[in-house]
Amino acid sequence: MSERIYVFKVFERFWHWAQAALIILLLVTGFEIHGSYILIGFKDAVEVHTVGAWTLVGLWVFAIFWHFTTGEWKQYIPTLKNIDAVAKYYALGIFKGEAHPFKATALKKHNPLQRLAYIGVLVFIGPLIWFTGWFYIFYDKWLEWGWDQYLSLEWVAFFHTVAAFMMLSFLIVHVYLTTTGHTPMAHIKAMITGYDEV
Amino acid sequence: MFSGKLLSMLALMAGIAWTPFGAQANPAPTSAVAPPAMPKPATTSTADHSKFKELQQSFKSGPEVTRACLACHTEAAKQVHKSKHWTWEFLNPDTHQRLGKKNTINNFCTAIPSNYEFCTACHVGYGWKDKNFDFAAQENVDCLVCHDTTGTYRKLPGLAGHPPYQDMEYPPHSGKIVKAPDLKAVAQGVGKTGRQNCGACHFYGGGGDAVKHGDLDSSLRNPGKYLDVHMAKDGLNFSCGECHKTTGHEVPGSRYAPTAGNEKPDAHKRGKQDSNPATCQACHTNAPHKQNARLNAHAVKIACQTCHIPEFARAQPTKMMWDWSTAGKLDKDGKPFKLKDPAGHDAYDSKKGDFRYESNVIPEYIWFNGRVDYTLRETRIDPNQTLRINTFHGSPDDGASKIWPIKRFVGKQPYDVGHNQLLVFHTYGKDDSALWSNFNWDKAIEFGMKEIGAEYSGKYAFVSTEMSWPITHMVAPKSDALRCEQCHAPAGGVGRLDQVPGIYMPGRRANEWLNIIGWGIAALSLLGVLGHGALRLFTAKKGH
Repeated sequence: MSERIYVFKVFERFWHWAQAALIILLLVTGFEIHGSYILIGFKDAVEVHTVGAWTLVGLWVFAIFWHFTTGEWKQYIPTLKNIDAVAKYYALGIFKGEAHPFKATALKKHNPLQRLAYIGVLVFIGPLIWFTGWFYIFYDKWLEWGWDQYLSLEWVAFFHTVAAFMMLSFLIVHVYLTTTGHTPMAHIKAMITGYDEV
Repeated sequence: MFSGKLLSMLALMAGIAWTPFGAQANPAPTSAVAPPAMPKPATTSTADHSKFKELQQSFKSGPEVTRACLACHTEAAKQVHKSKHWTWEFLNPDTHQRLGKKNTINNFCTAIPSNYEFCTACHVGYGWKDKNFDFAAQENVDCLVCHDTTGTYRKLPGLAGHPPYQDMEYPPHSGKIVKAPDLKAVAQGVGKTGRQNCGACHFYGGGGDAVKHGDLDSSLRNPGKYLDVHMAKDGLNFSCGECHKTTGHEVPGSRYAPTAGNEKPDAHKRGKQDSNPATCQACHTNAPHKQNARLNAHAVKIACQTCHIPEFARAQPTKMMWDWSTAGKLDKDGKPFKLKDPAGHDAYDSKKGDFRYESNVIPEYIWFNGRVDYTLRETRIDPNQTLRINTFHGSPDDGASKIWPIKRFVGKQPYDVGHNQLLVFHTYGKDDSALWSNFNWDKAIEFGMKEIGAEYSGKYAFVSTEMSWPITHMVAPKSDALRCEQCHAPAGGVGRLDQVPGIYMPGRRANEWLNIIGWGIAALSLLGVLGHGALRLFTAKKGH
């Protein structure tokens, strides 16, 4: 009754897991820099955070390139079609043992809610975190570049932290939703092996 | 490497071998082990002053020596005449205030007028005993105080800038005899100004060793590396002039108009026309950290000194408070007295009042752009507020300030109740009015005010004062520089820059609302998914 289809390609899986590790690393060190707790010390946290951030930037450059050259970017075009059915499934159907209304294929990997969530990360949380992060990193150049009259570190840090909280919430919900496949580990397995049972 | 080791071993053996003979032959009570003889470093000078016929005479006074110097160094006195060391006057080009020791009143020894004979022991001149001193006389310039290399030339307070020409007891009634210098030997031994020359005055500012600055005292004669990476003899062994690179007797580096800010990147670099050589950046540039770009980023807003001089008064305690209002108390025999604090430093002196000394002081930190305003004698003051003797200007937003470490020195000193102005008083003199002879404030103030020809209402009281001093000397090794966490302190700790306004300090000044809402949303997300999961488990069980 179920068939195995190849959904996630090698680069995609590598990208996903590297990104996951980096985001968790950045969250842990970032909130230490923010002053929420002491774990590895402020200095080390800043160093790890900076290296981690640039690594993630590099990873994203590759990922963007990959998405455009492979046409995979189309996976993220938001759609409202059937979104009500998917939402209804997570709100009600899932508790009744109903089947998921969305059938993933190699051409359509993400259900409408996923598309919306990922595009949100991509066009909102992402840019917010990158731009504030770069402003933060280049704080010492503000004076030279004349940016100091438009920017304040306090607000840059504020929005960087806002984005971090959003990313944290996304992470929590995202990790939970991986358990909502037909078995709790099904989605995670798919992201490891590339094959999904649909 | 090896030959160096061999040499030092040979030197050590020679030292051991020679010690018994030395000890027998010379029973002087000096140290028993004679250090291995070090060859005197060959001088690079092209002139041996002991061979000059002008100096082959016995000099009776300082001015006589100066005349001999000027026979060859024809322009020297004219150059000195233009310097602050001579004029004791400084016209601040930014504030147009007329400053300098001659004009200002501070909260240490307060003011020069009526006390010239005493204070001018630190003047590069001879004979400034009253306001009629001839500033145009070339022979009044004291060449020796800056160029003596023998270490025997010393000027004493009370002699109006002259060295003692006969052996004299100093301090008075101390039983200690200061020998009159052999002016001929001193003149023949002149050379480049060394740290002992500058230090003779600058180490003792404020009336004693380490009193005034906290980052400038006699421990710089031979500091360990921990105290001063630049001046340690086993390190770079800089003289003062290495940074205060002097041309034409004009010594750069001023606390009246300091170079503090950040006008443009890489300003203040040696060799540039507009540069002040007495800055860290003049040698190190403003991006000196090779390993860590993040630290260079800090240098845009933070003076090098803030991290690299984490404490001052690290070798000797410095005076932090001087309360003149208690001066003049006498013991039951009517005699002046002194009290010591538990650490053995002066805590009270009938001549000067109460003091407080402190060691290893954590500086205060302020925004500073180099502009300094002084309270002058003419300034009308508000005696109900702590009077700022000087005000260091700066702000987080002027684009020209950096965060600097300062010593804030507090005190109390007399002011004119009638005119609300600071008072000049007569501390030292061989007369009946000096505070230090008579312990009578009324007479001392009246005399001092008459000396400067200013009005005095006849009523005085004491005003609380504070004065700021930039901390810039005694740079610690980089291993002792401030660590990140000393400013970016963990919650509950104390950050060094907590009191500095207008900065966002990552790790310390997070927005509380943001934290509440942010963690709240994260917690709700977690609760939501846990609830969802629990419900799934529950319904799944029911379904089976």
